[in-house]
Amino acid sequence: MTTILDPTDERVPVTRQLTPRTGAITGKVAFLDISKPRGNVLIDQLEARLAERLPEVSINRYAKPTFTKPAPDALRAEISRDNDFVIEALAD
Amino acid sequence: MQAGQALPAFLLADEAGGEHSFPSGKRSLICFVKEDCPTCQVVMPVLAALYEGAAASVDFRIAGQTTDGNSALVERFAPGFPLLDDASLKVSFAYDIDTVPSLFLSDGEGRLEQALVGFVRDEWQALAEDLGGAPGLDWAELPEWRPGCGSLSVDPTIADRLRAEAENSPLRARKIEIAPADDEFEFMFDQGFSDGLPLVPPTPERVMRMLSGTARDAQEVLGAMPPNMGDVTIEKLAINAVMAGCKPDYLPVIIAATEAILTEEYNIHGVMATTMGASPVMVINGPVRERIGMNMKLGALGQGNRANATIGRAVRLAVRNIGGAKPGGTERSTLGNPMKFTMCFPEFEERSPWDPLHVERGYEATDSVVTVFTMTSGPTLIVDQDSRQASQLAGSFGLSLESAFHPKAHFATEVLLVVCPEHVDTLIRDGYSKADVRARIQEVTARPLSELVENETSAVGFKRAAFEAMDAAAQARALPKFKTPDDIHMVVAGADAGKFSGAFHGWATGEIGSISVSKKIEEV
Repeated sequence: MTTILDPTDERVPVTRQLTPRTGAITGKVAFLDISKPRGNVLIDQLEARLAERLPEVSINRYAKPTFTKPAPDALRAEISRDNDFVIEALAD
Repeated sequence: MQAGQALPAFLLADEAGGEHSFPSGKRSLICFVKEDCPTCQVVMPVLAALYEGAAASVDFRIAGQTTDGNSALVERFAPGFPLLDDASLKVSFAYDIDTVPSLFLSDGEGRLEQALVGFVRDEWQALAEDLGGAPGLDWAELPEWRPGCGSLSVDPTIADRLRAEAENSPLRARKIEIAPADDEFEFMFDQGFSDGLPLVPPTPERVMRMLSGTARDAQEVLGAMPPNMGDVTIEKLAINAVMAGCKPDYLPVIIAATEAILTEEYNIHGVMATTMGASPVMVINGPVRERIGMNMKLGALGQGNRANATIGRAVRLAVRNIGGAKPGGTERSTLGNPMKFTMCFPEFEERSPWDPLHVERGYEATDSVVTVFTMTSGPTLIVDQDSRQASQLAGSFGLSLESAFHPKAHFATEVLLVVCPEHVDTLIRDGYSKADVRARIQEVTARPLSELVENETSAVGFKRAAFEAMDAAAQARALPKFKTPDDIHMVVAGADAGKFSGAFHGWATGEIGSISVSKKIEEV
C-alpha cells in the first residue's frame, strides 16, 4: 500500500442553488460588458433587441475594469442588489 | 535528556501478544536493542542477569527494533524478560535515540534517573549494584567498553517516515491510500493531478524531505490560488514540488515564484484563463543559480537540467492542483503552449558587463531573486549571424520583435529578450548598454500611425474612425513597438557559440493584464 499526500486544495465545491426560472423576463436587467474589444457593440445590439421586445423591463449597464480579471466584489454586489437578471457578454 | 525529565509514555506488545505499558507506577528499566548489533548481543545477557536480580522491584521494558530480530534474540539468549516489539520504531523515535543499546532508568513516576548509551562495563556494573545485583554474571568476562550501533530510527530511509508519522509531524494534507493492486502512477493520472507527464508519488517521506529545504512553517499560507482560491501552504507547494521531481534545495525558489504569481499585479487568474495561451516564464538571478545547479549556458531554455525543468513544473502543478486551473475548465487557451509544462531559467549574469535583471529591478547583486514574466509565445529565435555593429544587431532585434502579437500591433505588449553571449560581445564591443539596445529597438520599430491603421491587408491596428478624427500631425506621429523602453526586459543566457538570441513575447500588459513581479528567494 502506497500512501500519498493530496496535492489539491481538498475543497469540496459547494453546490449552489439556481435562482428559480420563471419563464419570463421582468423588472431590471443588468448588461455586463467584460471589456473585451467590441463588447459594447454586442451589448448595444442586445439592449436594442431587448428594449424592442420587452419595453417594460428596465436596463442597467455595467462594465468590468478589465476582461483579464474577475469582476471586483463591489461590482458583483451592486449588480446583484440592483437587478433581477444579468446578461454577461463577451466579444472580439 | 535531563535527569528528572518525564520520559515518553508507550504501550508495546511482546512476542506472545502481551501488552506492556510505561509508566507502570514502578521503577522501570527501558532499553532499546537491535539484533544485528554486536554491542546489543553483549548487553542481552547483562539485561537478563539484571532482570533476575531486580524483577521484583523494577519493571523491565526491553524493546527490540525488528520483529525477526526479536525472535532471534529470544532464541539465542532466552532472557526471561518479555522482549517488546518496536518494529514500527515509533517508541525509539519518541525517545530520540541515535544509538542502540540505549538504556533509560526511570522512577515510579516515569521520570528519568539515569541514561546509558552503548556498553561501558563500569557504568553497567554500578547500575547493577543500584538495582540489586546481576546474579550469575561474571563481569570480568565482559569487554570494558563497546560503542553502540546506529538505531534503526535514525536510518535515513526510515527517519523521514517516522518524522512524517510522529505526533508533531508538520504534515496536515489529506492522506490518500493507493491500494496494492493499483499502479500509483496510473492512479495519479486518473485523479487529474498530472500535467500529462508522469509524476513522482508525493509520499509523506518525500514531502518531509522536500520540507527540509525551507525553514518556513509547513502550514504558513502564502495566499489564495485562483480560480478555486485554494489556500497555498508551504506543505501543498512541497507536495507539488515532489510530484514535479524537485530536490529540497529548489523549494525556496518555488516558494518565491509562487509568491510572485499570487500578487494582484501578476494576475495568475487571467494568465491561466486567457484564450491566448499565456504562461509564466521564471527568470532566476543571484547566487542560488549556482547553489542548486541551474543551467544558464548551453541550452539554458531547453531540456536537460533538473532544476530548470522541475522548478517551473512545480509552480505550474501548484496552479493546477491547488488553484484548480485545468484545460477545459477555467484554462481556456485556444492552442495551448508547451511552456505551460515548465519555463524557468537563470540569467548568465557573469557573461555581460550589464546589470542583471534583478539589479535593474532594485535588488542587490548578492540577492537571489525570481522574476515572473507572462509570455504567450517564444522563445522565438532572432537569427543574426551577419551584423558586426551593435547598431545593426540591436536593429535586428527590433525588426524581429515587430512580430510580437502582430507587426501592426504597437504599444500592445512587452517582451523578454534573451541575448546570447556572441550577441553580447557584438553589442559591448561598441559600448552598448542595455538602455542603448532598448533605444535602438524603439528607433527601428517606430512607424507612422498611418501605417498602423486597419486596412485591406489586415484589420489589426489602430481603428480607422479614430485615426481619421485626428489632425495631420497626430496621424504622422511615429509609434515605436513598445509603449516604453521598460517594456523590453533583457537577460543574458546561452552557449558561447552561436549568434542566436531569443525573445518571449508578452501578454496584455499593465493594469489590464499582467505586470512582471520579482521576489527575493529566502534561502535556508
